[in-house]
Amino acid sequence: MSWLLRHLQSLLASAGHLARAPIATTFTVLVMGLALALPLGLDVLVRNVRSATGDFSGAIGISVYLKTNVSESRAQQLLRSVRERLGVRTATLITATEALGQFRKQSGFGAALDALEDNPLPHVLAITPDAASADPAAVENLRRFLQSWPEVETVQLDGDWVARFNAILALLRRLLLLAAGLLGLGVIAVVGNTIRLEIQNRRAEIEVTKLVGGTNAFVRRPFLYTGALYGLLGGLCAFLVVAVALWLLAPFVTRLAQTYGSQFALHGPGMRDLGILLGGGTLLGWVGAWMAAGRHLARIEPGT
Amino acid sequence: MITFSAVAKRYRNGREALGNVNLHVAPGEMVFLTGRSGAGKSTVLKLIALLERPTRGQVIVGGENTGKLAARRIPAFRRRVGVVFQDHRLLGDRPVFDNVALPLIVAGSALKEIDKRVRAALDQVGLLGHERQLPAELSVGEQQRVGIARAIVSRPPLLIADEPTGNLDPQLAGEVMELFRRLNEVGVTIMVATHDLHLVRQSGLREIVLDNGRVAGGDDSLELPVIAAHR
Repeated sequence: MSWLLRHLQSLLASAGHLARAPIATTFTVLVMGLALALPLGLDVLVRNVRSATGDFSGAIGISVYLKTNVSESRAQQLLRSVRERLGVRTATLITATEALGQFRKQSGFGAALDALEDNPLPHVLAITPDAASADPAAVENLRRFLQSWPEVETVQLDGDWVARFNAILALLRRLLLLAAGLLGLGVIAVVGNTIRLEIQNRRAEIEVTKLVGGTNAFVRRPFLYTGALYGLLGGLCAFLVVAVALWLLAPFVTRLAQTYGSQFALHGPGMRDLGILLGGGTLLGWVGAWMAAGRHLARIEPGT
Repeated sequence: MITFSAVAKRYRNGREALGNVNLHVAPGEMVFLTGRSGAGKSTVLKLIALLERPTRGQVIVGGENTGKLAARRIPAFRRRVGVVFQDHRLLGDRPVFDNVALPLIVAGSALKEIDKRVRAALDQVGLLGHERQLPAELSVGEQQRVGIARAIVSRPPLLIADEPTGNLDPQLAGEVMELFRRLNEVGVTIMVATHDLHLVRQSGLREIVLDNGRVAGGDDSLELPVIAAHR
């Protein structure tokens, strides 16, 4: 109980120290907040893009052109075996006759087509993969499988752009992790430097405390709490920065979405993000303070 | 309580502060440590408070060989030695109460206990009622007494003081000495470094004289041949 009380006292004392230097504290917290806001902002962006574009698996289509000598009944058989394959959501057969009918209607070459003796068009299987198989590798697998059939003339993928888009999103996510890592190191450095200055400013106090029998752990404690508080406030600051930025952007995004006839609206950072920021910020601040205190406190000894 | 045998101390800058010091202070004794500036008085006190370790020889304080004490046990050792400085080394941004309470806080005493003992210590130095004042609001003599209160608040068996009266006028100096005498009467072993010879003579207490890093008089162990053999 008294142990808990002592830690609480130390925490309050650290908070008091920060409050007594509001301008210096504000700047440190702001620097940390902006550093932490960048990865959060990027994460929110990626999540919004994903939800805006939705489930792309419907946009990937595979057209399987059969050889012209394949009969319609054989095409029906092939359709059934495609439907049985894992990873296929829908498969439909567009027979040569149907295709010719459509072409006649849409192209305006009706008279020219009538001059042909045979229907030059092949039967086509139109396939869409299911969501789980919409990534580039799975689609390519499916394409190769279909291509290996003797009745198949050619397999055409529609929507290569989807694969590229997914690759870009994956790249963005990797970038986000990288940025988070680097900026996390930055936060540790900022806190470490701030704590180092603080230790120098309170040198006399540290000396006297050690002189009357204060252990290293006792001397270190308030600095660790100070670092953790910086981190906590920095995390809160980052959350507010991103929330305000999204709030400012939201009307424009909505207007843009409306021009596409979309109901899309921006999703801001949530409670989970806040929790991660506060927890992560506190941890980073603590680590930064711990490193600085470990380096600099041991060197301060009374009387030398 | 304090035993130095063949102690030498050379600082890292090469200065030899103590050449070969032997001295002994019995539990419950009060002694003066005198000598000119630079004779090694401060070094002797630093060795006792374990602010420094001896280069050669043994320093034994309260049964502990300070040269061999593990670093993690130093804080506990320092809690048993009260130290008074000439410049008192109070924390200027903390009120008197917090300054005096520091040794108890680092030792993890309960709040009630801290409150009681700080008041008792301030009462002993005649400063009860000044708890909320900052050190700068007190006179020099009062500041020195706050420093003494801090040194005695955890009731250490040993008290060492470095020129505690150096900045005080004769009357205040006399009061501080009177305070030390009273502490000594209740069993505290006390060593006071000073060059105020008048004060020393007046007290009639034993005086250990240092000269150029050696004991020049006042210690029984002087008769040990090891002293004569050196240099």
